[in-house]
Amino acid sequence: MALKNLPREEFLFPGAAACPGCVGCLSLRIALKALGKETILVIPASCTASIEGYFPKTPFNVPVLTIAFEAGAAGASGVSAALKRLGKDETNVVVWAGDGGTYDIGIQALSGAVERGTHFIYICYNNEIYSNTGIQRSGATPFGAWTTTTWTGKTEHRKDLPRILMAHEIPYLATASASYVEDLFRKVQRAKTIRGSKYIEIHIPCAPGWRFPMDKTIEIGRLAVETGAWALFEYENGELTFNGRSKRILEGQVEPKPIEDYMKTQGRFRHLFEPRRDEERLTEIKRHLESDWARFRKQVQLQTA
Amino acid sequence: MTVMMDTGNRIAAKAAQMAKPEVVAAYPITPQTVIVEEIARYVQSGQLDAEYICVESEHTVMTASIGASATGVRTFTATSAHGLALMHEMLHWAALARLPIVMVNVNRTLGPGWSIWADETDSVAQRDTGWIQFYCSGNQEIFDTVIQAFRLAENREIQLPVMINYDAFILSHTSMPVEIPDQEAIDEFLPKFKPFWQLDTDNPITHGNLVSEDDYMDIRYGMHLAHENAKKLIPEIALEWKETFGTYHGGLIEEYRCQDAEFIIMAMGAIGAEAKLSVDNLRSEGHRVGLARIRVIRPFPNEEIQRIGRGRTLIVVDRNISVGSGGAVFTETKSALCGLNDCRVYGFVAGLGGRDVTYEDLADMTRKVMNNEASETEWWDLKETGGA
Repeated sequence: MALKNLPREEFLFPGAAACPGCVGCLSLRIALKALGKETILVIPASCTASIEGYFPKTPFNVPVLTIAFEAGAAGASGVSAALKRLGKDETNVVVWAGDGGTYDIGIQALSGAVERGTHFIYICYNNEIYSNTGIQRSGATPFGAWTTTTWTGKTEHRKDLPRILMAHEIPYLATASASYVEDLFRKVQRAKTIRGSKYIEIHIPCAPGWRFPMDKTIEIGRLAVETGAWALFEYENGELTFNGRSKRILEGQVEPKPIEDYMKTQGRFRHLFEPRRDEERLTEIKRHLESDWARFRKQVQLQTA
Repeated sequence: MTVMMDTGNRIAAKAAQMAKPEVVAAYPITPQTVIVEEIARYVQSGQLDAEYICVESEHTVMTASIGASATGVRTFTATSAHGLALMHEMLHWAALARLPIVMVNVNRTLGPGWSIWADETDSVAQRDTGWIQFYCSGNQEIFDTVIQAFRLAENREIQLPVMINYDAFILSHTSMPVEIPDQEAIDEFLPKFKPFWQLDTDNPITHGNLVSEDDYMDIRYGMHLAHENAKKLIPEIALEWKETFGTYHGGLIEEYRCQDAEFIIMAMGAIGAEAKLSVDNLRSEGHRVGLARIRVIRPFPNEEIQRIGRGRTLIVVDRNISVGSGGAVFTETKSALCGLNDCRVYGFVAGLGGRDVTYEDLADMTRKVMNNEASETEWWDLKETGGA
């Protein structure tokens, strides 16, 4: 759907206390347009939980259950069960959680809920850090990135959570980006139509957390996809398909841009380039990226074989 | 009315089934497991029309119960010891969200070392979470209290979660005959749940967002007032039950032969049942002894204890310990009686980790106090190597 044709109705009003240029808010606004009025949000501790604003005011035009950090999928399990009892099974139960609440502290509840086939959509807005507590490393932080708990750069690669969820045989999983809102809108709409557990992960460049000017957020999100640092794909009925630019990269129709073009836009990687290039770590980043894409290609080839 | 001869756990599950919860999130833990097994059987055999969520931890049990209750349906669950400890964060959450979840906790020892026997420290450690807490002394009381707990929790003046505690194995795995009223009579006593607030797409509210320092304290005060209201409502509901069904176990406190007593034993749970025998025996020896069995520790029955304590000597027996302070009922009783000069209070810590506390033990504690041989606080029945 073209941007101009997105529903006009708003479920996230202006006035939320987010940082200027926050595409987490933008993505939530788009996701809520796709979800519509019949939606209950469950929001664990995260930036979004703190931008809800002060009681008794709220920028949300759908019901919200704020819940503890590790408890998003658990809270949604209860909401979903109760809605079934009330005959309101068509209401969307949606967890909106950050990468800390998803990859790390919330993974047990998420795994349990998906294993039980809980009828809900879990959306992880992934800005690759604990941003709400002030930029600490998470399981989603990429190798080499500066955070306030990895001052010289993270020494491990990020966890591959989508693969963990695919191992649960989740009915629907998708990755998305705040810079590709039509794709995001379509994926949330798709998730709505499927029974059982759905997982969508949105890549969210974070200006204060990644150290870049706030007016560059959309650009940097695009660069992540164009360089292959972030891949847009969908997984449904056990089949993996790539979307848009990521599909063209996968099929070799277009060369990914050099990863350094993406990294150099962000202060969190500056120490890999200044005062001198850190060839060892840059090589490791490229090696890991290539192995990711080699695995993607192998998986898609296996499906078509 | 029928009579069911069964264990505390199966009686608790039967009460839960008759209260008709719509969502039960469950996780097994010894010695509670039988309850969630029984409820699964009730649901899967069509004897309870509810959603049963077999979750992956007790933290999720409480969180899913919060989600379900917030969506507007009656919610029941059960746990014990480490399970209750794992829920701790969400116990606060349920109470602050004013959700009338009812939960059975089978009092069991916390590790290490691993032990599954009776000890109240698990639930006593949750006193500050805002939950109303009952302690039962027999299986009839377990049945009656579970049903009454829903009435209490769902009352507009209360709107708080309720925990019903009883001793591991001593009650959970001991069969006793229990009078079970007809379902219609239970339905009349406990009408369908009408939520005070709920997640509703036609009336979207944001629950649990930021609360300023200007508002938070007033929310806490609201909970405190609800506990004050519970002090009136718990005895009222118990009396209404007595009039309707005939069984009665006391209000906040069960008083037994207290009227002319000089010495009063105070205890909770199964020790409170055992103590009746000690009272009878001591009375037959000519001592004026009574029993005040604490049924409710939150709200704490300060006023009742002030009335009972006046001019008497209290012998408080705690199967729980706040290490570095003392037994919970003892320290709170002392606090309730602060300033009353005509009352003496002795505290015995006994039966931790399931060590047996017999009617003879309780009589011996009382004799020790009567003979002026007791210290203000004592650990009862320690081995000679105790503390080594």
